[in-house]
Amino acid sequence: MTNKPDKVGAVLVLGSGIAGIQASLDLAESGYYVYLVEKNPAIGGTMPMLDKTFPTNDCSMCILSPKLVECGRHLNIETLTCSELTDLRGEPGNFKATILKKARFVDPDKCTGCGSCVEDCPVKVDDAFNQGLGKRKAIYKLYAQAYPNAYAIDKAKCLKIKKPKACGKCLEACQAGAIDHLMQDETIEVNVGSVILAPGFDAFQPEQLFYYGYGKFPNVLTSLEFERILSASGPFGGHLIRPSDHKEPKKIAWIQCVGSRNCKLDHGYCSSVCCMYAIKEAVIAKEHTPYELDTSIFFMDMRTYGKEFEKYYDRARNDHGVRFVRSRIYEVTEATDGSGNLKIRYANEDGTITNEEFDMVVLSIGLEPSEEVVELAGKLGVEVNKFKFAEPPSLTGVGTTRPGIYVAGAFSGPRDIPETVMQASAAAGDSSVILSEARGTMVKKKEYPPENEVAGDIVRTGVFVCHCGINIGGVVKVPDVVAYARTLPGVVFADEKIYACSQDSSGQIKEAIEKYGLNRIVVASCSPRTHEPMFQETLKEAGLNANLFEMANIRDQCSWVHQSEPEKATEKSKDLIKMAVNKAALLEPVKGISLGMNHDALVIGGGVSGMNAALNMAAQGYKVSLVEKAASLGGIAASIRYGMKGEDVQSYLSELISRVNSNQLIKVYTGVEITEVHGFVGNFVTKLSSGDEIQHGVAIIATGGKEYKPTEYLYGQNQKVKTLLELESELADGKLNTAKNVVFIQCVGSREPERPYCSRICCTKSVKQALKIKETNPDANVFILYRDIRTYGFYEDLYTEARRKGVIFVRYATEEKPVVEAAGDKVKVTVTEHVLGVPMVIDADMVGLAAAVLPAENNKLSQLFKVPLNQEGFYLEAHLKLRPVDFGTDGVFMCGLAHGPKNLEENISQAKAAVARACTVLAKETIDVEGKCAVVNKKKCAGCGVCESVCPAKAVSVDAAEKVAVVNEALCKGCGACSSSCRCGALNVKGCTNEQIMAMINAL
Amino acid sequence: MEWEPKLIAFLCNWCSYAGADLAGVGRIQYPPNIRVIRIPCSGRINPLFIMSAIKNGADGVLTSG
Repeated sequence: MTNKPDKVGAVLVLGSGIAGIQASLDLAESGYYVYLVEKNPAIGGTMPMLDKTFPTNDCSMCILSPKLVECGRHLNIETLTCSELTDLRGEPGNFKATILKKARFVDPDKCTGCGSCVEDCPVKVDDAFNQGLGKRKAIYKLYAQAYPNAYAIDKAKCLKIKKPKACGKCLEACQAGAIDHLMQDETIEVNVGSVILAPGFDAFQPEQLFYYGYGKFPNVLTSLEFERILSASGPFGGHLIRPSDHKEPKKIAWIQCVGSRNCKLDHGYCSSVCCMYAIKEAVIAKEHTPYELDTSIFFMDMRTYGKEFEKYYDRARNDHGVRFVRSRIYEVTEATDGSGNLKIRYANEDGTITNEEFDMVVLSIGLEPSEEVVELAGKLGVEVNKFKFAEPPSLTGVGTTRPGIYVAGAFSGPRDIPETVMQASAAAGDSSVILSEARGTMVKKKEYPPENEVAGDIVRTGVFVCHCGINIGGVVKVPDVVAYARTLPGVVFADEKIYACSQDSSGQIKEAIEKYGLNRIVVASCSPRTHEPMFQETLKEAGLNANLFEMANIRDQCSWVHQSEPEKATEKSKDLIKMAVNKAALLEPVKGISLGMNHDALVIGGGVSGMNAALNMAAQGYKVSLVEKAASLGGIAASIRYGMKGEDVQSYLSELISRVNSNQLIKVYTGVEITEVHGFVGNFVTKLSSGDEIQHGVAIIATGGKEYKPTEYLYGQNQKVKTLLELESELADGKLNTAKNVVFIQCVGSREPERPYCSRICCTKSVKQALKIKETNPDANVFILYRDIRTYGFYEDLYTEARRKGVIFVRYATEEKPVVEAAGDKVKVTVTEHVLGVPMVIDADMVGLAAAVLPAENNKLSQLFKVPLNQEGFYLEAHLKLRPVDFGTDGVFMCGLAHGPKNLEENISQAKAAVARACTVLAKETIDVEGKCAVVNKKKCAGCGVCESVCPAKAVSVDAAEKVAVVNEALCKGCGACSSSCRCGALNVKGCTNEQIMAMINAL
Repeated sequence: MEWEPKLIAFLCNWCSYAGADLAGVGRIQYPPNIRVIRIPCSGRINPLFIMSAIKNGADGVLTSG
């Protein structure tokens, strides 16, 4: 008999792109210790390379960087950069992982990120981060905002590593003593309970497709290169120019599906993201140029199937004038006139051939798994599919073939950022399920000495001015600035530091606090965005409240940007310090707020998403109330027979229902609706139509969706016209076995002015059903009438198979939709054939309509929970890209069709994600907030309610009895919108008061 | 000496202030006559702040978020 080893409350996350970061944050916030293993010298993955992100056009770096900082600083996330997972032994719950930590040659704890070394390094190298379009040095930081904010040495390029007696200029430049050319690789072993693989993808190398001319013609670029060109931090500073002659291009072409949907290369899958990113690049490129830029996208099918994507496509076409050309490309050649222009020879849909000249051609390259990762997967015992992706086993969303190892992001199949984030949360959730008994066993908690009371004390400010090596001191006259600081009101001590952020400086600051009785600290150095938390730690360790701290940014926003004006930079530094000192005098301690919380969950909706959410939540040890409006559980899945991979949905569903019903932690309410919701995160009280009252800490909305009942194509008038769900029952019951002609019509009710979204699942569903018909009756003729076939990801394989098996695909134009007419016991379908342009008549035995996916009736619930809906009536998440299952309102989450059209597999994954996010809330004993929130001066408040209407967090409301605004401190984010809008001056923000800002203004 | 305007900027911590930091990282040079006040959100900008900046002698105010 063997004893089962104890579960380990730690998780190894491999890869630190957005998937790895999200999974790590969710786990760390849920009570697990995380080893985040990254092969590069900085975390971030692909997102930092991107300029903007679709469909919101947010700056990629801007939305990522708060997560980078949070992840980098988290006490329970140990970031191991330049590291690889080399071995994994053990079993789920208790693995031993071997990690190879490669020498970085720069100690990240000592490196201050000042960059002096770079200026002196003589070795120039192609910058891989900039796709080789620019140069970097042999000592380098991966990108400007990288975490850790530390340099690394490129072993292969460094002169000194090759020849120990050579060079060494960086050693002289580095005043922090961080560089060590003799650093050695090291191997460490860590104990973890589970592993999440989030290694991302490699971009397809287009040289192998010689006909596109990539590598031969300098103005043929990859889409990633184009992202770098658009980026303000890219090789051309965001100036749109082409590489060959730095000329501004007037006419750019994008070529889609480069390395995707290509069976010859074993890339018979769709890369899922390229259509959207190409549209985005075209739109953003147009924004970059002061002149009218001509943009054309050459494509086969436009696959804008995600949430808010179709509208983006419509806007690009109609408002921005991006041209879309349905075509097949023969080749790209360079113009012979020496202009560097490119000629594209392509076939139009009607078979005619066109030659067209462009200034620049961008290849929309696909995603593929990296060879190293595939090799590692083999070593770990994780099977990959025929395209070498670790495609999760059916209906798991995030599983792999080895228990205890989960997958998230593009390694599980090509996917975009929101889906990656969802999957990452889901993988964190599944890890928590197997490790719940070990939750909280490995996490670290920091203890601080009790805080000194400073209220009422005379202000005694200490000012520390940093040289940052020569970064500040080389421009700003630091001694002058220190002398000036001593003259400022309230300042009792001022000193200079070579590096204020070093370990010994931190000790000296603590000593000074004690010795001079300092109760306000000002550090004049770099940016508070990167260093404020670190200095605040120092204060806390010295017994001062973290909010008695202020920074003056005299490096990033002074010495670095006024290098040739030392006098003025010194004056500016003085001003910035005066502002900070003035503000500091008014700083008050801000106490964190702790509120009690209920640790139960409410799940609304008893479909596949809701039930998976409830089960996953219960498996983590939380009590769940599952509320379903209908008389029984099941939702829309009750009318689905086959999953996208042929799964038997009904047996899956009945098993799911019985698991829910037999789970001790889940209480099911059927046939009831929600009538009232009160409270906020941690303290909700919800009333049901049955009179029951549920107290809960979080809520997950999984209200599902429904199939559109068409009004077109004789639906409801003719028995031979059915929706896909209806057709599926007929198919499963064998009623179509003798049909000779079956026609599917796509986009019925979707991508229409009244419903301008793609229903995402119908193309694949139709193809799947067509294959089913062919399987039982190979002689049947099956026609699919479509606008674009959107079999994204691996579903492309089904499309290929369908064509091979003789399913006939006919494209129709929106202005010439198919016509369905009754004809005896058949229906006559007429459609204009897209190649020949002539009408084609089909005597159909059955017509299947790919009817739109509609949201449930969500208005009431959205009002009760104060969460928004989008134009189409689906719930609108807090952020389309990085918070796909959260609401702006804390403690409320969503999953499934309530969020938007998705297939079963995706809904399951999203349900797990919503649970993981909810568990980051439930894992806490109490609700703790920083306390930097709005406060109301009741005497001044007129109760007008303007604050309530402007608050994005729904944290302010007017008390009906007292007629004054009340702030819910648990919800307030401290943005201050209420304060700025208050006409009575009754609202202020703790930690950033009106008086403090005024004091800064008055300093000038 | 040529007259130079004095500018005060209210920058949102999450975007524009980060942008100003990035200008530093990229060593993009610009005139030193601007003083930045970091705020938690552009929603924090009370119209009074702008007025009092001007009252205090600012020749221009930049708000960005």
